[in-house]
Amino acid sequence: MALPGWMLYLIHTLFPANTRRPTELGADVLIIATGAILFYILIIKGRWRHVWTEWITTVDHKKIAVLYLIGALAMLFRAGVDALMLRTQLALPHQGLLSALEYDQLFTTHGTIMIFFMAMPFIFALFNAVIPLQIGSRDVAFPRLNAMSFWLFAFGALLLNMSFVVGGSPSAGWTAYPPLSENVFLPGVGQNYYLMSLLIAGIGTTMTGINFVVTILRMRAPGMTLMKLPLFAWSALMTSALIIFAFPPLTVALSMTLIDRLFQSSFFTLGHGGMPMMYVNLFWLFGHPEVYIVVLPAFGIFSEVVATFSSKRLFGYEVMVASLVSIMFLAYGTWVHHFFTMGAGPAVNAFFGLSTMLIAIPTGVKIFNWIFTMWGGRIRMTVAMLYQMAFIPTFVIGGATGIILATVPVDYQFHNTYFLVAHFHNVLIGGTLFGLLSGMYYWWPKMFGMKLDEHQGKWAFWLFFLGFWVTFFPQYLLGLEGMQRRMNTYPFGLGWHMLNVISTIGAFGMGAAFLVLVYNVVWSLRHGERDVTGDAWDGRTLEWAIPSPAPEYNFARIPVVNDRDPWWAMKESGATLANSLSASDIHAIELPKSTPVPFLLGASFFLFGFGMVFSWWYVAILGLLCVIGTLIYSGFNYEEHAMLSADAIRGTEASLGRLQA
Amino acid sequence: MSLPLAEEETGLAPGLPLELADDRESIKITGFWMFLVTDVLIFASLFASYAVYRSRVALAPGPAQVFHYGPVLLETLLLLTSSFTVGLAIWAMRTGRTRMLFFWLAATLVLGAGFVTSEIHDFTSMVGQGLTWHQSAFLSAFYVLVGTHGAHVTFGIVWAVTLLFQVARRGITPVTARKLYTFSLYWHFLDIVWVFIFTFVYLGGKIG
Repeated sequence: MALPGWMLYLIHTLFPANTRRPTELGADVLIIATGAILFYILIIKGRWRHVWTEWITTVDHKKIAVLYLIGALAMLFRAGVDALMLRTQLALPHQGLLSALEYDQLFTTHGTIMIFFMAMPFIFALFNAVIPLQIGSRDVAFPRLNAMSFWLFAFGALLLNMSFVVGGSPSAGWTAYPPLSENVFLPGVGQNYYLMSLLIAGIGTTMTGINFVVTILRMRAPGMTLMKLPLFAWSALMTSALIIFAFPPLTVALSMTLIDRLFQSSFFTLGHGGMPMMYVNLFWLFGHPEVYIVVLPAFGIFSEVVATFSSKRLFGYEVMVASLVSIMFLAYGTWVHHFFTMGAGPAVNAFFGLSTMLIAIPTGVKIFNWIFTMWGGRIRMTVAMLYQMAFIPTFVIGGATGIILATVPVDYQFHNTYFLVAHFHNVLIGGTLFGLLSGMYYWWPKMFGMKLDEHQGKWAFWLFFLGFWVTFFPQYLLGLEGMQRRMNTYPFGLGWHMLNVISTIGAFGMGAAFLVLVYNVVWSLRHGERDVTGDAWDGRTLEWAIPSPAPEYNFARIPVVNDRDPWWAMKESGATLANSLSASDIHAIELPKSTPVPFLLGASFFLFGFGMVFSWWYVAILGLLCVIGTLIYSGFNYEEHAMLSADAIRGTEASLGRLQA
Repeated sequence: MSLPLAEEETGLAPGLPLELADDRESIKITGFWMFLVTDVLIFASLFASYAVYRSRVALAPGPAQVFHYGPVLLETLLLLTSSFTVGLAIWAMRTGRTRMLFFWLAATLVLGAGFVTSEIHDFTSMVGQGLTWHQSAFLSAFYVLVGTHGAHVTFGIVWAVTLLFQVARRGITPVTARKLYTFSLYWHFLDIVWVFIFTFVYLGGKIG
């Protein structure tokens, strides 16, 4: 049977020969199964209208937080499966489970997704869930922009995840260095997917940065001076500032690569005067601050968790703030340490080696302050606190190996070995992911109104913590023995065999921890202990002053803040937001209205990105016109707010037992 | 037992221009300044790249041979004048004269359109001589830096046209005043970027 020409063209473009393999077919089956489940829930069960009005068009920061969290956990699953496949391939020498190309694709998507589509949205989930509540605000500064950020992330993630089955996956590593990422070496659409999805998600991230800087600077409750700002909010402010300053160079570096690939310019090519090292500089000008973008929120979370579960005021608040600010500034002065081997000369390398070591000072100060906060406190060993306690030694070791790598002559030996791989997983998992999981357990009652089961949570924690060390400690040794990163297999007789087996066992331990975590979440959603007080952990900051989950308007009345731990101070004085409001105190509140604009904007960008990936210019132009049209429609729409009547608020507050007669 | 609660008054703060008096609108102006920070960094990255690539001309001609100073001077005059007229438009807005606002905003758009037309003409004639960005890293950096600025101006023109319609329908309110004010910030910003392009790209190209 002969197919018409256009169908053959589509099949060969969308499903080229190198994507017709068992792994891709497996992914196809998974995608179809997921689609069928979604279809069943939305159409057959008739939940479509509910999902559209309550979730897709929402501009409520608390719902956007839930959406981010779902996205982040789904991406943690996808990139985690990538990691398990990589570790299975490396478990034994001369393995042939994955071809070299598949191996390249998997480590590329593993890194890209973990950083941009797992860590970042997880952080934004917690920012959205907590920051407005902590600073005593009814929403973020720009609710509609906030929803746009989410949908740009979601469609960016969709675009990248599609690549595996439609057209081919990127395979130049998460850093995508040219000239490898150029057309000459990697023709096909894989790198285009990488570039377009990061550009689209990057626009959203930049807008989130702007949103939270303005929210924290302009929307704090009266009396909350910057030196009374909770530390998590401080870390969010510093992170957002880092985002504002770090993402533009990434945008430029990616755009230049894209123009090179699609329109034959000569930025990073080998001929025509192009210079690949310029990309590397621009990328790490973003990439190093990015490391602090993902770790500062974890520092903020630990500062909240350690104070709450030690039942003590945080030790050395001013110094904690000062060290956050200095880390933010120092983060810009270290990017060259990612490529000492470029050979910029001893003076340049010495400068960047020293600036890297300098960051250890404010970080060390923070470590001591967390320990001193616990000192003499009444410590409760909850899951959130366990992650905090595990973080301290883990992060110290990860930081110490970072100092080793910052020593330039030593780095020449360790560059791109498993020592480096172990180091950055040590700080990214031991710092960022421990922090995010700690924050998830800590703020879960505020987001969903029930606690995650502690017993199951402890199982997940120990599996994860032990699995982590079993996976990555052998990798330090492998690095010392000369095993290079990104190699898809290795021969017998190099002495790497045993360590690789141990590392793979550890990786599956972490995989098991993820399954326990998912079980924990699903079980707790149905049977978890309800939080009826709104103050699940005997907390200290304002988010615990309101019911769990927070009502649509957050605060029926916004309190005046006089203390660094305002909710603790209220509880000490006896007059709290839970027992002092009467019906006459409550007035109507203006709230932002739901709108389909953010979703449509994301979909338009997706269309644009898809057209660009395949160089289908008509599709791309149509997508771009849709983007402009959506923006214009949004500009002419002046009905951004709606009033929530005082009676409705009184009703909600009374039903929660918070209204005094 | 009393809990201090915040008074939530909405209304216009006295003694401030319309766009800054309304708290909900002035916060958007703060946000726009933050956006401008990111845009400054986009251009900073492009300028830094241009500085690196300026001498990397490969086999193609260098800056001194490819720049036409006549059109560039015209573009500079048009854009600097438009920065003045957008200032007059904001002045008309603050004194509540809608017709004058329309006039000066329209003048800004005409000058901006003249700038874009001249730049497009300049670029197409360069490409017509075979000076494409494929030829050298210098030309890539030049086209992308100056072209990004030109794309910003084009976007600004589309934005301002939609603003004209909004003002025609709603008059000068805190919302439209804020939108016009942020547009003027954007336009002045593009003007400053052009001053840098004129200095470092075009005049710097003459020095060699």
